[in-house]
Amino acid sequence: MLLEVKNLKVRVEDKEILKGIDLTVKSGQVHAIMGPNGSGKSTFARALSGHPGYEITDGQVLYNGRDLLDMDPDERAREGVFMAFQYPVEIPGVNNAYFLKAALNAKRKHQGLDELDAMDFMKVVKEKLKVLHIDDSMLQRSVNEGFSGGEKKRNEIFHMAVLEPVLALLDETDSGLDIDALRVVSEGVNAMRSPERSFVVVTHYQRLLNYIVPDFVHVLSEGRIVRSGGKELALELEEKGYVGQAVGARK
Amino acid sequence: MSTATEQIEKLANTEYKYGFVTDVEQDIAPQGLNEDIVRLISSKKGEPAWLLEWRLRAFRAWLKMDEPKWQNVQYDPIDYQGTSYYAAPKEKKKLNSLDEVDPEIRATFDKLGIPIEEQKLLSNVAVDAVFDSVSVATTFRSKLAELGIIFCSFSEAVKDHPELVKEYLGSVVPHTDNYFAALNSAVFSDGSFVYIPKGVRCPMELSTYFRINAQNTGQFERTLIIADEGASVSYLEGCTAPKRDEHQLHAAVVELIAHTDATIKYSTVQNWYPGDKHGKGGIFNFVTKRGICKGDRSKITWTQVETGSAVTWKYPSCILQGHDSVGEFYSVAVTNNFQQADTGTKMIHLGRNTRSTIVSKGISAGRGQNTYRGAVKIGKNASNARNYSQCDSLLIGDRCGAHTFPYLEIKNTTAKVEHEASTSKIGEDQIFYCESRGIAKEDAINMIVNGFCKEVFRELPMEFAVEAQKLLGISLEGSVG
Repeated sequence: MLLEVKNLKVRVEDKEILKGIDLTVKSGQVHAIMGPNGSGKSTFARALSGHPGYEITDGQVLYNGRDLLDMDPDERAREGVFMAFQYPVEIPGVNNAYFLKAALNAKRKHQGLDELDAMDFMKVVKEKLKVLHIDDSMLQRSVNEGFSGGEKKRNEIFHMAVLEPVLALLDETDSGLDIDALRVVSEGVNAMRSPERSFVVVTHYQRLLNYIVPDFVHVLSEGRIVRSGGKELALELEEKGYVGQAVGARK
Repeated sequence: MSTATEQIEKLANTEYKYGFVTDVEQDIAPQGLNEDIVRLISSKKGEPAWLLEWRLRAFRAWLKMDEPKWQNVQYDPIDYQGTSYYAAPKEKKKLNSLDEVDPEIRATFDKLGIPIEEQKLLSNVAVDAVFDSVSVATTFRSKLAELGIIFCSFSEAVKDHPELVKEYLGSVVPHTDNYFAALNSAVFSDGSFVYIPKGVRCPMELSTYFRINAQNTGQFERTLIIADEGASVSYLEGCTAPKRDEHQLHAAVVELIAHTDATIKYSTVQNWYPGDKHGKGGIFNFVTKRGICKGDRSKITWTQVETGSAVTWKYPSCILQGHDSVGEFYSVAVTNNFQQADTGTKMIHLGRNTRSTIVSKGISAGRGQNTYRGAVKIGKNASNARNYSQCDSLLIGDRCGAHTFPYLEIKNTTAKVEHEASTSKIGEDQIFYCESRGIAKEDAINMIVNGFCKEVFRELPMEFAVEAQKLLGISLEGSVG
């Protein structure tokens, strides 16, 4: 079992957002978390990644049998958890390649591997860029600085490809993407699907799931999972909307 | 309190690692300041009468001046009579070579990572080491002398090249310039002297390393750099001091003269003891630095990384007298805990087509206060003068401050002056983003701060840039939680 979430409760600024989430993810699976605005789906992803603004008030999260909530965010990352942000931040003056090299080497060091020198690192990176159809120039720009919305999301997927996580959390990666960008991003994710890697995909729209086909779909409402099913559940939601999915669902 | 702030504080509380004291027999002048002390310093150094006269004129002018109060810093009154104005390690005999430098002092510089034995030098840097009031060693002198380059202590320059010293001393910063410059002119004890002859490009970096060791002393050094026609030189300055509970005054004067087609690049990494985390002790760094682009097409570049001192107050400036001359100022100033800095530059455009660039990066953490103060003056004959100024402030935590005071005085309508300013806070989101990629919090902060300072660091000579990045890390260590 890769990830076991049991009765997870999360508070943000004195407001309880998640009211007891249970979720089990096995290696190689893709789980989609759907739900209306304010249902807590982004909170779920951010809490798993260890964002300091999200206070865990109850529950347990086991990652490879270890207590995930006990790890600092950087340790979670080095252990193979990756977060693709909904709004990636800009870091002016920090070269994207330099940043990624520091990240990759931090992880390699943690795994007891030799750190890559600049030459070897560039070899790894160029290969990934090719697969993702990303221009080399993205390497020399400052991290996300002056990037368009689409470029930022592609950069997230690029980071993911280089860091090769065991568990990838995609937080509304589709928001703000046009159809071409959506396709590129999805192809990147699909290329990375493997029996050793799992994905938790948070999205408001079914559209993304046409490209990244999930094994399971969970519907979140008012901080609880109210329905779970296969990929066909997403289609049903597309047709009927979120209304009526649960007692107390909004709108 | 946010976690980021906590970590900043934790980082900030790291010990100042250059705070040790060297046990060496000292020749120290009695505390206090009067004409007799000025005479004593001058006679200790065996100076000619004209220089003593100059010192005395400065001293008399100083007596009539008031300590300036307009800067945006606060500090306890300085007891000018409670300070000793001269401290020198006792020389057992006359030094004939570097090998004869007191082993204690040599060990001090070794510990600081400043090699004064030439064979140990890895990089192409000649060093003048100043210990309290005197220069104790200058490396690579003979090699430089082959090119006609003079690089020696100020005292030696007075003895060996009096005509140059007499011509240029006080020509850029007059002995009456300001309170601390006047004080320095009266009691300065040593410093570095550089002369690059016509058409010579200095083949190595010249560097002076200043170390304050003695207690209750001030350091008043003077640096004079002259680049003759078509000459060029890159000069580096570094400094540290032991940890002491009392404040110590460092009031230096630096004068640069660039003749026609000459280039002077002056880089400083200032790491004087900043005081402890409660604001006790630390150096008062009140320095006057000014260069003149005397000839046409000459260029002066000031680059400074100011991480130390309890209070920093300095404005490395350029007088752009020659036509088509260029002045540049690149600065990173860090204030943490109770440190205060009021720093910036003055660009005085007098010649035609003169250009100046100002890039200032202020970083405040803890309760640090950081002020940028810059003046751009365009004279009435300075047609087509250009200035570009950029001042960015980065705040770490919520108890620090950043202030910007740009002054403009434009008397020629063809001038073009641009000013950009920004203030940003190091965001928890930025830190978290780095963490979520596996980068530890301290490394993340380092990375973000270094990114912020990039435009300045790339102006530093290579070895120095690496040093500056590390130093920045140390200065902010513990400042984020």
